[in-house]
Amino acid sequence: MTDTTTTSPEIGGIGHSVKRAEDARLIEGQGNFVDDIAMPGMLYMALVRSPVAHARINSINTEAAAAVDGVVAVVTGELMDAHGLAWMPTLSGDTQAVLATDKVRYQGQEVAAVVATDPYIATDAAELVDVDYEMLDAITTPQQSLADGAELIRNEKEGQTDNLAYTWETGDAAATEAAFANADRVVSLTTHYPRSHPSPLETCGIVADVNSVTGQATLYMTSQAPHAHRTLFALVAGLPEQNIRIVSPDIGGGFGNKVPIYPGYVVATAASLLIGQPVKWVETRTGNLISTGFGRDYYMTGELALSNDGRIQAMRVDMLSDQGAFYADAQPTRYKAGLFHVCTGSYDFGNAHIKCRGAFTNKAPGGVAYRCSFRITEASFLIERLMQTAADELGIDPAELRMRNFIQPEQFPYETPTGFVYDSGDYPTALRKALDAAGYDELRAEQAASREQGKLMGIGIAHFTEAVGAGPAHTYDIAGLKMIDSAELRVHPTGKAVLKIGVKTQGQGHETTFAQIVAEETGIPASDIKVIHGDTDDTPYGLGTYASRSTPVGGAATAMVARKIADKARHIAAHLLEAAPEDIERDADKFFVAGSPDQSVSIQDAAFAAYTNLPEGMEYGLEDVTYYNPPNLTFPYGSYVVVVDVDPDTGVWKVRRMVALDDCGVRINPMIVEGQIHGGLTEGFAMSSMQWITFDDDGNCIGSNFMDYLIPTAWETPRFELLETVTPSPHHPIGAKGIGESATVGSPAAFVNAVVDAVAHLGVRNIDMPVLPDRVWEAIETANT
Amino acid sequence: MLPARFEYQIVSSVEEAVAAKTQGGDEARFLAGGQSLLPMMKLRFATPTHLVDINRISGLDTIERHNGHVEVGALVRHADVAASDQVSGVVASAAPWIADPLVRNLGTMCGSVAHCDPEGDWNTVLLATGAEVIAQGPAGRRMIAIDDFVVDFFTNSLADDEMVVALRIPAAAGASGGSYQKLERKVGDYATVGVAAHLELGADGRISAAGVAMTSVAPINCKARDAEALLVGNAPSAELFAEAGAAAAAASEPRDDVRGTARWKRQVVAAFTRRALTEAAEQAQS
Repeated sequence: MTDTTTTSPEIGGIGHSVKRAEDARLIEGQGNFVDDIAMPGMLYMALVRSPVAHARINSINTEAAAAVDGVVAVVTGELMDAHGLAWMPTLSGDTQAVLATDKVRYQGQEVAAVVATDPYIATDAAELVDVDYEMLDAITTPQQSLADGAELIRNEKEGQTDNLAYTWETGDAAATEAAFANADRVVSLTTHYPRSHPSPLETCGIVADVNSVTGQATLYMTSQAPHAHRTLFALVAGLPEQNIRIVSPDIGGGFGNKVPIYPGYVVATAASLLIGQPVKWVETRTGNLISTGFGRDYYMTGELALSNDGRIQAMRVDMLSDQGAFYADAQPTRYKAGLFHVCTGSYDFGNAHIKCRGAFTNKAPGGVAYRCSFRITEASFLIERLMQTAADELGIDPAELRMRNFIQPEQFPYETPTGFVYDSGDYPTALRKALDAAGYDELRAEQAASREQGKLMGIGIAHFTEAVGAGPAHTYDIAGLKMIDSAELRVHPTGKAVLKIGVKTQGQGHETTFAQIVAEETGIPASDIKVIHGDTDDTPYGLGTYASRSTPVGGAATAMVARKIADKARHIAAHLLEAAPEDIERDADKFFVAGSPDQSVSIQDAAFAAYTNLPEGMEYGLEDVTYYNPPNLTFPYGSYVVVVDVDPDTGVWKVRRMVALDDCGVRINPMIVEGQIHGGLTEGFAMSSMQWITFDDDGNCIGSNFMDYLIPTAWETPRFELLETVTPSPHHPIGAKGIGESATVGSPAAFVNAVVDAVAHLGVRNIDMPVLPDRVWEAIETANT
Repeated sequence: MLPARFEYQIVSSVEEAVAAKTQGGDEARFLAGGQSLLPMMKLRFATPTHLVDINRISGLDTIERHNGHVEVGALVRHADVAASDQVSGVVASAAPWIADPLVRNLGTMCGSVAHCDPEGDWNTVLLATGAEVIAQGPAGRRMIAIDDFVVDFFTNSLADDEMVVALRIPAAAGASGGSYQKLERKVGDYATVGVAAHLELGADGRISAAGVAMTSVAPINCKARDAEALLVGNAPSAELFAEAGAAAAAASEPRDDVRGTARWKRQVVAAFTRRALTEAAEQAQS
């Protein structure tokens, strides 16, 4: 690891692996999660969920439930409708049922809620709510959904005559067709990126406390985006925004799951408003897995047009997404399939055309970016699997094929055929370094020898480029809210500081890394800086933490506000040193007159003077706020190499090596960056090896608990060997790029490519995820016959 | 995930436990490790009205070897079995594969056997070894052969007023060995396929007794009787074990599901039977 620090360990600026400030309280059980919150008179809410995937609701009888001792209210869609809240807008411009009134459209959909004095009573009474369902055919795939004669799922939606949720395309269709027509070779791959779930350890929940006199609504919520949620609550429920305070306390993991507004939040808030007492709702594990925002579920056909020597000329993609019952992707407004159009990846070619369609099905809605930055996971998987396919089809080594097609370092900033402008990168150096660390040439030699003995081993490569840090206001908004972010810095007289940010940690370590940015820019030790986030009454506005945007946007805002503070401190230092401000230099935590470093003013001295001894005309205090509108996204990338051994008898595969090189620009806290990569690689391994949500033909969710929906443990997770290169982002104030999602985005293709590579000589070109042993064995069997 | 309302009773003797169960009847359940029962109650798949906690009964937590068998008491945890030097062969081989470390620390072997989950490992192991279940009711104790104990999925042959107090696993006098092969999607998962093999060798080196049983590839844990018949009287060999593997695969009745295709599971049964028998023979010969 290269030492890039400019501050001492005591100051703990950029480049120091400062221990996480948040860990002590979390490890010692002193965290404060939504379910820890208790209030006088607090009631508990349990949801009644649909047991079936598609049915008309004939009637809902709440009598027996309401009669249970301790039940305060039973809320149905009818009651919500009376307050105009039976439906709510989604983050993709669709509408979603809060409590079903006409039909249920997926198993697990919210139908009613019971509010009681005790969670056990609420749960017992919820079982007594009697719903008369008239069964309808369940549609469980987008292909069924778009077939002629399919039952109309969204019959309530005006003008909706089929099950099509959206269409979207980008790129130059004509030029792409021409390139394909003239190409030496065309390779194609059809694959399904299966439905998965973010499944954070903490499920979703809320304590809604609406004051019946003042109308003040204080909502303690599992929210990755508290400010955006406040504004959306104001717009949807018509509550005056100054009376809404959203507090997102400690969050037990988000991964995108806590970006949307869920019916449970809305019903609990309405219940508190109607009853006049605080209402707590904490989702069950099953409720979380079957009803909240899923990830992926993309059916993709990708094609590459190539010359005989393996130069890519164009790319063509046809994609069909399964959106579930409501089109509720959390994504920038102008894009219908997130940033899927980044699927041209790390390669330099002229033309691409991408066609996307989405269909409604009787499955849970959501389409959240599960640690993937708006569908970049699917995009990256497609291009990197296509590169493996092309290598196998053309008989070119997959590393060599990538080297021949990489965007070269001198081409940056590089505009892709779909309109992204990549900021910086050196792809050949990254891949070479990863290959050398893995011992690539020796592995290929071993593979050739082991095939002679009937053994199966494979080497998989993925070189991904991500587009993260949404984003510039001219292009990016969610539900009309521009994707800017903010930071407010207050330095107290004793030189200790409080940093308030618009983004919100769910475990990423903001309380540590954001303090380090301030430490770097001001010289105030990171341990003297308290980071406040998550409370909308106490922090400046921002769009929240998802899509790897905290460091690119909130981190930039933090650096910029710290620079304002440092500049004011420099003026104060000039006053104290009786010199002109332009003659003052700063060295870590000290200001001095150029050429005379012996006489200096510390940042702490300047802070005290800011409240006690100011130059003529200067305003008191040392605090400021910055709103940051990023000029571009940041484009982190990485080269991953996976080695697997496959048991030909059973199809079971084991990871022997996993070498992961990441370039996320400047690393603020290398330890935290590596932690993010470890977590992302584990989730990538999970999706490629074992993780998927399936449904039976009736639309019953298979995967409604952790026995059926698999999370790998330390036992099956491979050991990771991490490497880095550092190519700073030229437009980010500290040269940093996002890192939270890189490994989830990049690694699945590397794992799958490795298994496919192990059996490619038998003629196998594709095994869909999850790469279960039976799929491997079946692929070998099919290839053998 | 909150269970429905239930009464909870702590008992301090087997007699007291049996009396409580007699009173509670079908709606009462014994609570030992609770590693299957409590999750089912939280999911409300099980709604017993009465839990009889047997954890404070003394003398049930021992593994003892006598008179040609090993007796495992009702409060012996999976982790105790894994750590015990009293067990060997297929029992010792299977113990570390039971669920995950947390479940092994609390869950009991007898509880798992009584639960009769067809995806559970222990009943397969007991079928391969020809073990017996010791049950106690108001009229006293009786022995139930494991073949008769496992009636159907989640169904044993205990009367409503009976409790499993121990298991009796035969301890072979001569050369013997055993192995359990399990394919699981992750630690703590049920077996996708499990195969238990137990072999005893005579003085002539030929197989004198053989037990082969399977997990998760039929409606209940079941023996591969054709494979056993093939083995007995023959000398161990790769060819013989391959034949036995094919016979076990033919006897299995797997289904297509999210864990894999039926024809692949048969293939795994064949491979695992071969591997388990090979390991068992190596142990017996050493």
